[in-house]
This record gives sequence, C-alpha cells and structure tokens, in this order.
Amino acid sequence: MIAPPSSAHAALSIEHVSAHFGGLTAIADMTFTVDDGELVSLIGPNGAGKTTAFNVITGFLKPTQGEVRYRGISLSGLKSHEVANLGLVRTFQKTSVFGANTVFDNVLIGVHRHGTSSVWGTLLALPRVREEERRLREEAWEILDFVGLAKRAGELGGALPYGDQRLLEVAVALAARPTLLLLDEPVSGMNASETISFINLLGKIRQRGVTVLLVEHDMHLVMNVSDRVVVLNYGKIIAEGAPAEIQRNPEVVRAYLGQGVKRA
Amino acid sequence: MRRSLPFLWIAFLASVPLWLGDPYFLHVLITTGIFTIAAMSLNLLLGYTGQLSLGHVAFFGIGAYTSALTSLGFDVNIFGLRIVHEPWPVVIGFVMGIVVAGLCGYAIGKLSFKVRGAYFVIVTISFAEVTRLVALNWVELTQGPLALNNIPPFTVSFPGLGEHTLWGKVPNYYVMLVVAVLAYAVIARLVRSRIGRAMIALRENEPLATSVGIDVTRFLVLAAVVSAGIAGAAGGLYAHFVRIIDPDIFLFIYTVTMVIMVVTGGKGTLAGPIVGGLIFGILPVFLRAYASPVAQWIIYGVLMILIVFFLPRGIVPAVRAWWENRMGAAAVERTGAPIERAGADAHS
Repeated sequence: MIAPPSSAHAALSIEHVSAHFGGLTAIADMTFTVDDGELVSLIGPNGAGKTTAFNVITGFLKPTQGEVRYRGISLSGLKSHEVANLGLVRTFQKTSVFGANTVFDNVLIGVHRHGTSSVWGTLLALPRVREEERRLREEAWEILDFVGLAKRAGELGGALPYGDQRLLEVAVALAARPTLLLLDEPVSGMNASETISFINLLGKIRQRGVTVLLVEHDMHLVMNVSDRVVVLNYGKIIAEGAPAEIQRNPEVVRAYLGQGVKRA
Repeated sequence: MRRSLPFLWIAFLASVPLWLGDPYFLHVLITTGIFTIAAMSLNLLLGYTGQLSLGHVAFFGIGAYTSALTSLGFDVNIFGLRIVHEPWPVVIGFVMGIVVAGLCGYAIGKLSFKVRGAYFVIVTISFAEVTRLVALNWVELTQGPLALNNIPPFTVSFPGLGEHTLWGKVPNYYVMLVVAVLAYAVIARLVRSRIGRAMIALRENEPLATSVGIDVTRFLVLAAVVSAGIAGAAGGLYAHFVRIIDPDIFLFIYTVTMVIMVVTGGKGTLAGPIVGGLIFGILPVFLRAYASPVAQWIIYGVLMILIVFFLPRGIVPAVRAWWENRMGAAAVERTGAPIERAGADAHS
C-alpha cells in the first residue's frame, strides 16, 4: 500500500480538497491531517467552509477535487454509511436526533453497525440473533451511562431539553463506536454548566482512544481542549498550529476582527 | 399478559367458524382477511420505511396471476418460441406467486433509491397500470377481459390421510388465517429487530441514519421485497379462493383501499392495518342491511374523513396514547421497537 504523501502517521489526511457550489468556492485546496488520538479543531468565521469540510470527509458531499484518506484508505466515491463503517462518525450542526423515538431507541439505532444478524436469522429468531440483540441493548445502556442520559432513557428524543438533545446526538454517534469522531458545533445551544460537563465528556471520549475532529465557535472550549487548531477563512487554510500559536497569529486575528467583533 | 395476548387473539379468530352460522359473513371475513394481509404488507413499506407505494395492488395481482397460471398451466408463443406449461399443484403456484411478486418488489425497491418522494409514487402507480394493461392485452396468457376461471382451490395432503381439496369456506378461512398469522409474525419479527430499527431510522432521519452506518439501499430494497412477497401471498389466496380473476384486480381503487386500511388503523404499528382492515372490510356488509348503496358510500367516506381528522395518527396509536395516559405509563413502543424493561431494571 502506498502511504499518503502528506504524513505517514496521519490517521486522516485531507489532500488538496476543493468543493464548489456552482461559482461559489466553499473549500479551496485544503490540506491538513489528523493523527491517531489527536483532538484537532477546525475554526473560522461563518461560511468559512467548516461544515462543507465535514460533509466531504464523511461522504455526504463529493469534492470537486482532491482526496480524503483514512488510515491509508481512500474515501473517494464511498457513500456516507460506508465511511461510517470505516469508523468515521459525525454529528450535525443543526440538532439531529430521531425525535419520535425514545432516547434508548436512539442509541440502539446508533449501535446498528455492531450487529450482523441476517434476515433469515431474524425471522427464525435464532439463538445467535437473540444473543446479539441482548448484547446490543447492553451496549446501548453502557453508552447512555457514559454520557449521563440513562435517567432519560424512556423519554422521546424530540422532547428532551435542547442541551440534552445535543448530548443525545453525541451518544448516538458514540454508539456507532467511532475511531474518529467528527463533532459539528456540539456545544452550540448549551448553557455554561452544560458546556463544562461536555468538556469533561470530551476528555472521557479521548481516554477511550477516539480521535476527534471538532468544529466549534466557542473559542474558550477550542483553546482548552485542542491539541492543534486549523483556521479556515473563505475556504482556505490561513493558519495551523497549537492553540497558543493560533491566538497570537496576526492573520487569524485579522480574519476574526475583520468580521466585526462578534463572539465568533 | 402482554405476551399471551396474540395467542388469545389467534384462538378467538380460529374459533369464529365454529359459532358463526352465516356462510355469507364467513365469505366476507375471508376476503377481508386477504385484504388485511395485503394492508399489513403495505404497512411495512409505508409505515416503517415511509415510502408511499400507490401501486401496491400490482404485487397482489402479480401473485394472483402467477399462482393461478402456474396451477392452471398455459400455452403461449413468445416471438415464435412456444412455451407450454403443464398444471402444477396449487401450493407450488402459491409459492411461485410470492417469489415472482418479491422479485418485482426487488426491482421497484432498487428504483425507489433513484427516485424518491412524489416521483416514487408516480412510478409505482405507473407500474400497477402497466401490469393491468399486460393482463388485459396478453390474451393468450391471461385470457384478457375474459378472465382466468376455474382456478383450482387449495389442496392439502396429510401423510396417511391422503389429499384433500378445500372447496368449502371453512377450510379456506383457516388457510387465510394461517397465512395471516405467518405474515404478521414475519413483519413483527422484522420490525422489532435491528433490521426494523434501521428501517424506522431511515424514515425518521435519513442523514443521521446513514451517518451511523445504516445502508439506505439495502433496507429499502429488503422492505420492498418482503412487502411485495406478502402482497403476492395475499393475491395467491384470493385467486384460489374466489377462483376467477380478471385484469380489474389491478384497479387503483384496491391500492386506495389498502392505504385507507393502513392510515386509519395507524401506520407504523403492527395492529394498525388489522384494525383498519377489519373496519373497512366488514363495514360495507353491515351498512348493506340498513342503507342504500349510495348512502353506504357516503357513510364510508364520512367515517374515513372523521377518523383522519380526529385521529390523524390512526386508531391504534390514539387508543394506545389514551390507555398509557390512563395508566400513567412511560412512553414506550411508539416505534415498534419496545424497550425491554428487564434491561432497564438492571441499570436503575
């Protein structure tokens, strides 16, 4: 197998990826890598192309140019469920849960890919299938305990308070047992105390050896948890480095202040 | 209690011919049962995966024609090639009907991945219309508007007891009941499993479902195949019970009837199509005694509008919500994938 050119050790490598919508360039020649076990944040002003990058990586959008590789495997042309089966699982910017299903069932749907039950096995209710179902339910409970939603297991996903819905999204993604978790603005809409407990959760997720790629506007969170930060502006990478370096980088400051003084 | 409920129901339904004296009403029950099976199959597609197939009667008709032709035999010329088929036993025809309908379901399921929403609805309507036109015009095979008649009834053979042909209504009632119970069991096992959860997940939130690794094509096609196969089984039952079928079997009104049964009963619930099927199958018979044909249709329509207006999710979900409200129980089994309380106890 030919090692990816950018970095031999990188788990995820994004190589010269561009994405255009008609005449609009959402991402232009983006190249960066994420190493195994790392937490990398992708930041930038609104419309910088962060979510587009997520969509390209997870197979929801075909890039106009370039290639994404995960552990040496090219993701070109893979459908989103195939990308998920390689261990790349994402959450969505706009809250996305199975609203009409209970919290437990949400997570039970999440563990789908750990099952192998065939149609015939299911119809005949073979012992193997029943054993698998019991195991999947245990896994779902374990995930609910892990994120702290076990108390709400019987409630409908859509009926949860907003902060808990965001937590449920992460639970559903974790249920798919990702090796690389892509979180798209996970704390937007969370209050301060919820954000703090989310930072703790993020630490626990990393202890499990899960690599994390994070898109987030909460700079306090980003600077606290990231190993590395990649800054996008108008679809281009304008800076990359440790949080401390990024905070001092004049180009980053210009990109943000040039947008006005909103809490980006 | 909950576990024994289905068996009590089956025992009750099995006892019906023993105390029901009226053979006409038994006839109505059999055809109602056959359409209820078709409605159950439509529910798998419409209720659980959320795909609206308005050509569902095509699978029913294909099952009926395949089963009838396999057991009657045929002699056709296709582009100079003469194909002669000798009559086969009814049971083999019945299975052939399921298989051929299932294969058509596979084709439609594959298509549903390319065309979604309104386009899928149009494609399925067109599919049913094309099958009707084939049945109408391929006179050599189907007798066209002259109808296929003298279709043999089911035969059963028990070891040591010889072969029996089921001429009467009572044996046909039991054949229908056995197929209905099997169809229910197949659908129930599927929707309560990991496979059914994947279907529900696709209906509820497709991007989220694919993001955790659920393959859209695989589960939509699977639902279409199983659904079409069961509809084909219902068609086979119909052909060998009524013993005459013509191209009108493919009429749009029958699909509409199935949709009404599913939607009023409660789509996406196991009991919904059965409740809807019994109401709209038996209602016309009751009305016949009290109202003129025109008034019957008006009552039928008004009742349907009232149900859809006041119980938009259907009768079964409404009754369940009312019951849970009364009992103060937590919201479970909305999705057909109930939480097993045993698991909950271990953790609380």
